[in-house]
Amino acid sequence: MRKLIEQPGIDTAMQGAAGKSHKHESAARQVSGQARYVDDMPEATNLHHVAIGVSPVTAGTITSIDLSQVKSSAGVIDVITVEDIPGHIDIGPVYPGDPLLANSEILYHSQPIFAVLASSVTLARQAALKAKIAIAESQACLSVGQAKAQDNFVHPPHFMHSGDFETSYQQSPIQIEGKMLIGGQEHMYLEGQVSMAIPEEEDRILVYTSSQHPSEVQKLIAEVLDIKLHKVVVDMRRMGGGFGGKETQAAQWACIAAILASRNKVAVKLRLPRMLDMMVTGKRHPFENRFKVATDNQGLIQATHVEINGNCGHSPDLSNAIVDRAMFHADNGYFLADSYIEGHRCRTNQVSHTAYRGFGGPQGMIVAEAMMDAIARKLGKDPLAVRKLNLYGKDNRNTTQYGMQVEHNLLADLIDKLEASCDYQLRRKQITEFNKSSPLIKKGLSLTPVKFGISFTAKHLNQAGALLHIYTDGSMQINHGGTEMGQGLHTKIGQIVANEFGVPLSHVEVTSTRTDKVPNTSPTAASSGTDLNGKAAQNACLAIKHRLADFYAEQVKGDPKQVVFTEQYVVLGDEQIAFAELIQQAYMKRISLSATGFYKTPKIHYDRNTGKGRPFFYFAYGASCSEVSVDTLTGEYKVDRVDILHDVGKSLNPAIDIGQIEGGFIQGMGWLTSEELLWDDTGKLTSNNPATYKIPAIGDTPEIFNVDLYPRANDEDSIYHSKAVGEPPFMLANSVWCALKDAISSITDYQIDPVLHPPATPEKVYNAIEQAQTWVEKQA
Amino acid sequence: MISFLLNNEITHIDQTKADLTLLEYLRDQQKLTGTKEGCASGDCGACTVVLAEVVNHGKNTNDSLEYRAINSCVTFLSALHGKQLISVEHLSEQKKLHPVQQSLVEHHGSQCGFCTPGFIMSMFALYQSPTQPDREGVIQALSGNLCRCTGYRPIIDATLKACENKIVDKFQKVEPETINRLKDITKQNISTSNLIVPTSREALASARATYPDANVFAGSTDLALQVTQQLKTYEKLIALSAVPELNELTENEHGLLIGAALPLGKLESKLLQHFPQLSELLWRFAATPIRNQASLGGNVANASPIGDMPPALLALNAKIHIDDGAQKRIIPASEFFLDYRKTALKPSQWIEAIFIPFTAQNNYVRAYKVSKRYEDDISAVCAVFNAEIIDGKVHSINNGVGGVAAIPASVTALSEALNGELWSSKKTFETGNEILKQAFSPLDDVRASKSYRIAMLCNLWKRFWLETNQSTQKIETRIVHIPSATSEMPDA
Repeated sequence: MRKLIEQPGIDTAMQGAAGKSHKHESAARQVSGQARYVDDMPEATNLHHVAIGVSPVTAGTITSIDLSQVKSSAGVIDVITVEDIPGHIDIGPVYPGDPLLANSEILYHSQPIFAVLASSVTLARQAALKAKIAIAESQACLSVGQAKAQDNFVHPPHFMHSGDFETSYQQSPIQIEGKMLIGGQEHMYLEGQVSMAIPEEEDRILVYTSSQHPSEVQKLIAEVLDIKLHKVVVDMRRMGGGFGGKETQAAQWACIAAILASRNKVAVKLRLPRMLDMMVTGKRHPFENRFKVATDNQGLIQATHVEINGNCGHSPDLSNAIVDRAMFHADNGYFLADSYIEGHRCRTNQVSHTAYRGFGGPQGMIVAEAMMDAIARKLGKDPLAVRKLNLYGKDNRNTTQYGMQVEHNLLADLIDKLEASCDYQLRRKQITEFNKSSPLIKKGLSLTPVKFGISFTAKHLNQAGALLHIYTDGSMQINHGGTEMGQGLHTKIGQIVANEFGVPLSHVEVTSTRTDKVPNTSPTAASSGTDLNGKAAQNACLAIKHRLADFYAEQVKGDPKQVVFTEQYVVLGDEQIAFAELIQQAYMKRISLSATGFYKTPKIHYDRNTGKGRPFFYFAYGASCSEVSVDTLTGEYKVDRVDILHDVGKSLNPAIDIGQIEGGFIQGMGWLTSEELLWDDTGKLTSNNPATYKIPAIGDTPEIFNVDLYPRANDEDSIYHSKAVGEPPFMLANSVWCALKDAISSITDYQIDPVLHPPATPEKVYNAIEQAQTWVEKQA
Repeated sequence: MISFLLNNEITHIDQTKADLTLLEYLRDQQKLTGTKEGCASGDCGACTVVLAEVVNHGKNTNDSLEYRAINSCVTFLSALHGKQLISVEHLSEQKKLHPVQQSLVEHHGSQCGFCTPGFIMSMFALYQSPTQPDREGVIQALSGNLCRCTGYRPIIDATLKACENKIVDKFQKVEPETINRLKDITKQNISTSNLIVPTSREALASARATYPDANVFAGSTDLALQVTQQLKTYEKLIALSAVPELNELTENEHGLLIGAALPLGKLESKLLQHFPQLSELLWRFAATPIRNQASLGGNVANASPIGDMPPALLALNAKIHIDDGAQKRIIPASEFFLDYRKTALKPSQWIEAIFIPFTAQNNYVRAYKVSKRYEDDISAVCAVFNAEIIDGKVHSINNGVGGVAAIPASVTALSEALNGELWSSKKTFETGNEILKQAFSPLDDVRASKSYRIAMLCNLWKRFWLETNQSTQKIETRIVHIPSATSEMPDA
């Protein structure tokens, strides 16, 4: 009988195994310019381009809109306002509050009011400048302080109680209070927001978008177009960076493109220019937090009160969960004892602040680190000693402020190992000596831990699906609900599938995320991409493996449970068959070679009424030690050396995991140092381009940068006992901020804990230095 | 007609919009979408491409190709003439990746991949340079490329590794042929109807007379922002890049005469040879791709208050050579800047060259910059001091400062007050400090506050005083190693 297809030569190289440092699946295409992003796709001949017209003021009511000159501008074929939206106007992802285009009320500066469709990008953008819009301005609310004074919140507050804070606080010998103004952060994904919508037959529509959440884009497009979800297909191959900035806030541009495509029956692309992208999309939330912490005479915490105030911008977006996560992480790795955590969701007239790597976690954890430094200075101890003293215990002092027992806690051992490997104690002595003899340049050192909870705190999102096809030559395609934004998710999923079948990675193609392949997916967020989709993909593999095992066991009269898939063979006892051969036979015997897989995270629950539960499947741990040099003349500084030990469980791909750790660290360092969001008095963002908003550049990478993986498998049953790695390393950068404070504190012979609100720009560092110097002068 | 090699194809452009950027040309017209738009303002490097140019380093030397990375998003097409434009698609040989590409893959140096083509092109330009770079050299070469994913460590390693064992790549294999193909391109009649490219002083004068409203540009890194950020349209533009007088670099016993249209990248080594103390200023002047395009003349003519070279020119008593095709005149840099973005240039005039006189043996020169980020950032404050000290006493203190006033400025009161004072005396420092504290009333803006700017001016003065006084030299004053800055200084 003629073979269905010719057999390719069997690869002897085992590429498929998980746990190896396979290259990013797109690496070769990325370095040669072949990797295709939405703006690079072949363009339909009828493609038109959209520009957005925005509000020049921060708050008010639109009194008139004259778009006649926009409409008559060269190349323009259509202009839409809120009146032209066929279906839902509000695209709020969880709670309402986000009108697709301004609905009479102006809620923030540069809020989109209309969209114009023209034959070229430039003509559309030039036309958008010709609108005449009159707005009756009203008083804008521009800060957390103003919002609280006005009782202006996007959502009610949330509280977590554990024990009697007030009594313990009063009874403790050491009492410390502090306040922190914590800056937000621009995502600065290198690929800006972009979507391309292609109208198909009747009311059907296909949309290519750069989004972390294709299913939500699908749903919102259906809603704004007033059609059913099954008429909309969203395709997402890769993003040029997301970091949370494309979790909810990619949808608006896709919806606008879809409406214009649907109205005009032409292909439509909407790509935001960088400055507008920075002005109209939400950022990491700025926070204003306060703490009161009491300890015994050794610095052991007895009572803690943390007040968390998130600046949510004009609408809820994801702020409720983000402020919650800040509350869940106000302890970082420390036992807060009798504690009271309150979280407020303040409404301001800013863009709606949104998800960003860590999702509020960093803004909570930095408070914990601030408390440790404050306790250490008060007691004249090394901050590392105070940190170690306050770590969660094994048998007692091991319950979080939300009632979750911290099991399998790795921090004590992980810190000990890092402290030894980075020579902390020796360098501490050397730095103290150096600072005594160096009047202008001061060095600082800090070692801080990370404990980060893994799972979406919205329980229903902890589910995933996958779709596996095996073709008759034994090659396969896996599709899953996660999106690839550079983090290596597709590489890891490919490895998992290859590993399950014992085939080379090159035989597995991970295809673009599409809403017509796996439905109702969760966003790729909360570090959960591999945990959820990896398990779903594995389950799809297992379904087909069972069929194949049964089929082969029947042939050779063996036990299907003993069938092994390895090195491109299917083996049962002494019998074996080439995998591709078995696939052909299975096809001929009419065995289905396609399967779906599904997964939901076990064990998790949380009761918002009591503020108690187990919201996280497990914790990911890590620690970092940073050494900095500070120029006291200018406040400029340099991170000289960083040592990291991080827990990724049993690594699926060490190279990719280390890439996440290093990249997350530098991004976190940017948040805490040079990345300063500034709004003017009217509420307009002034740090609105890469010339004025400074993410770390290549020279900011520390010359000594040692990163190691902590060798221990996840105690929970995660995919191959690996751990999530997307967000946790971001907060390793806390040690940079603490090291800067350490350097400044040296001016006072480590007597005071300097006030240094993040981001610690050179100017803020300089101001803290001046305060330290003034303190010294007063002592003299 | 603009003629160039587009990767390997001789390409001619007869007609073009004057203000079409090279990035738009590549992506929209040539459908070469490997080159990305990240910001369209020369700040992120995603659009980096490489221009190869035939150079000859003097008598009895062979022609060779010089490869320079530039930001295609702020480049107009006249920059291509007579050069080879290399985009990321052209580096590999069939499926075999170029060594810089292979190295980046092996070091796991790409994550989302959007910045990657730009990095590859900067790495490629560095690979073609004759020297083997160290870590600092890599950082310099890649200073204009932002990556948000990797934290850069694997990119640095990949670049070092690729440049460690260079092989003769496909470009070097055909270098003589490429040189001949480029030399065959005529140097005349470059102009298109909208983009005028004069090739002589007379032609430039005539073009300016014919199109009095047309803007002139050299590197276009500033003017292009009007197009990409402000959405302005320029029907006609006049390029200065092909006028010989504006592209010369000559040295005599008195100083350096630098053609106004010369990119900073081409004058860097000569300038630093004579003024090593300007190293920090040049190293922190934007980033490599911008310096490969931006000219000293443009930096002066744009008169930005923070503009990085004008403070140095003020401190060094530079002279601006101005021309209108009929009459040349020379004015001191100190008389050139009149008001915010206003200069002594008349509408028909252009800057031909800038003359920087050598300093005497007795001079201490230091140039400092303070900004949020070291690489590719605009100064909060920039200060250049040039103190002539004779027998330990102040003879003059010329200076130039940026970021504290509407124009690059000098504090003449420093010289007046300190003349004859003992340089090493603490009182000299303190008097200067008081003068600088009162000298300006700078603005609060996105880069820095007024009070910080004033404090920085005073503290940079302090650093200058400390560093140039022998007794205090043992004190560590810097946290960054300034590439190629020498510690050489005269005896006080």
